[in-house]
Amino acid sequence: MTTSATRIPPGHYNAVNVLRSEWTKLRSVRSIRWALAALVAGTVALGITDSLVEASGWAHSPAADRVTFDPTNISLAGLAFAPLAIGIAGVLVMSGEYTSGMIRSTFAAVPRRQLVLAAKAAVLAAVALTAGELTMFTSFLAGQAILSGRAPHAALGEPGVLRAVALSGAYLALLALFGLGLGAIIRRSAGAIAAYAGLALVLPYILLALPGNLARFAPETMLASSVAAVRPRAHYLPPGWEGLALMALYAAIALWLGGLLFGRRDA
Amino acid sequence: MIEARGLTKRYGSTLAVDDLSFSVCPGAVTGFLGPNGSGKSTTMRLLLGLDTPDAGEARINGRPYGKLPWPLREVGALLEARAFHPGRSAYDHLLALAQANDLPRSRIDEVLDAVGLAGVARKRAGTFSLGMGQRLGIAAALLGDPWLLLLDEPVNGLDPDGIVWVRNLLRSLAAQGRGVLVSSHLISEMALTADRLVVIGRGRLIAETSVADLVARSPKRRVLVRSPGARTLASLLREAGAQVEQATGGALMVEEISPQLIADIAASHQLAVHELTPQGASLEEAFMDLTRDSVEYRDATAQDPGHAIPGKPGTKETQP
Repeated sequence: MTTSATRIPPGHYNAVNVLRSEWTKLRSVRSIRWALAALVAGTVALGITDSLVEASGWAHSPAADRVTFDPTNISLAGLAFAPLAIGIAGVLVMSGEYTSGMIRSTFAAVPRRQLVLAAKAAVLAAVALTAGELTMFTSFLAGQAILSGRAPHAALGEPGVLRAVALSGAYLALLALFGLGLGAIIRRSAGAIAAYAGLALVLPYILLALPGNLARFAPETMLASSVAAVRPRAHYLPPGWEGLALMALYAAIALWLGGLLFGRRDA
Repeated sequence: MIEARGLTKRYGSTLAVDDLSFSVCPGAVTGFLGPNGSGKSTTMRLLLGLDTPDAGEARINGRPYGKLPWPLREVGALLEARAFHPGRSAYDHLLALAQANDLPRSRIDEVLDAVGLAGVARKRAGTFSLGMGQRLGIAAALLGDPWLLLLDEPVNGLDPDGIVWVRNLLRSLAAQGRGVLVSSHLISEMALTADRLVVIGRGRLIAETSVADLVARSPKRRVLVRSPGARTLASLLREAGAQVEQATGGALMVEEISPQLIADIAASHQLAVHELTPQGASLEEAFMDLTRDSVEYRDATAQDPGHAIPGKPGTKETQP
């Protein structure tokens, strides 16, 4: 055995150490890489499909539809799928540690648990924002290339377009953080993914059946029908920035509750 | 130096650890011994701050674990179950831990070499056998080159070569002046490895002692004696206060008297002695006697301590 690390240096493990550790963890697990690859591929493919359908149907589409036609929103149709993939990635970053037992190694190395959660959130936010923006801009550019020539299409310089594309990518990063928070609260992958799917994806359909337009507060509805549209697709929906702020609040609540339980519970 | 003072942990209605106090000193292997379910793993988690005690406290070098500036450089731990992500390679697992405590990357290769996993470092840890998983856990414990090590059942799942390797590793770590706490439910393993013993049962401290003391305290020390004058020797030993029984092949099984005294008695009567063997089972019996009332799980058929493996999982006893 050796003595290279025998002498204990002054100071204390710090946020930079923990951030590097969490980055290594995130990049080195296949399931998370798969979820992010599925995010990009599935979302772009769906956007291309929807754009092809709209492009070929434009010549015969009724005038009423032409008035509300939003080529930006069409090219981002993959947002029907993206929240599932990015949310699962977010959940797995946390629940994978509990399900495998890794969390005990993590807490043994970094007993300050809130620092662990904060570092995880920061690393995940950076990765999910990059993946989200990449997905959204690729979807947009591919979709507009398909629409152009056969139907009206949009450019990033037109009013509201850049905002819709960029905020959709940011919204996906917030969904990942929401998933991370649920992972910290529920701890088991299966349960946390089910809870995420229920809250982020199924809830809107339940709320739609209720009076009072409550669905406007549901993550999926805000994203697909307002954030990712040049203009909200219904008068009662919050505009893009407000939708993003509301989602940030949801993610913050999930992370705060997760952090609270994280510190108190036995590992 | 690890000190546990009055540690108490309750899970629901079960008192897992009950007012437990002991210490682990440098330069020695302390065996943490108790039947399965006696609270060893819970105590390990309390020492590492993974679980919060309901009462009492654990201190590592005078501080609670959570206040250590560089935990992995002070304490290395191997926990009972697997504590790594199956999708991550052994190398990346150790890299993430090294980065968290700002350890040099060179340590990763050193510990992988030390545990014999260098050849499979890039394979996903989920593909590892139980024994390889244990080796990865030991590599993680050694990563920070710590002066204290906590190892929960390190020989679990290891083949005989691996068991000998762990035994030698623990001895060499102690010889370097490090303090080692190693849990086991096998007294025979601890007899070969440990200098000191902390024996618990049902979460309570039963004894904090040395292996030698435990043997000495054994209420039934038995010695196998072969002698051509067995009949004469038997009556002489009985006169000296020993219990003597006939064993197979004309040998005598002698209790309540030391091997030295048996030899002296034989010599003073000019009786030849062909064999004089203290029975190895005495240590297990000593352990069984200590923990008899505190075994959580016991095979219903294994009431005779001479044949039972302490704490062997079996039908759960009703609480007495």
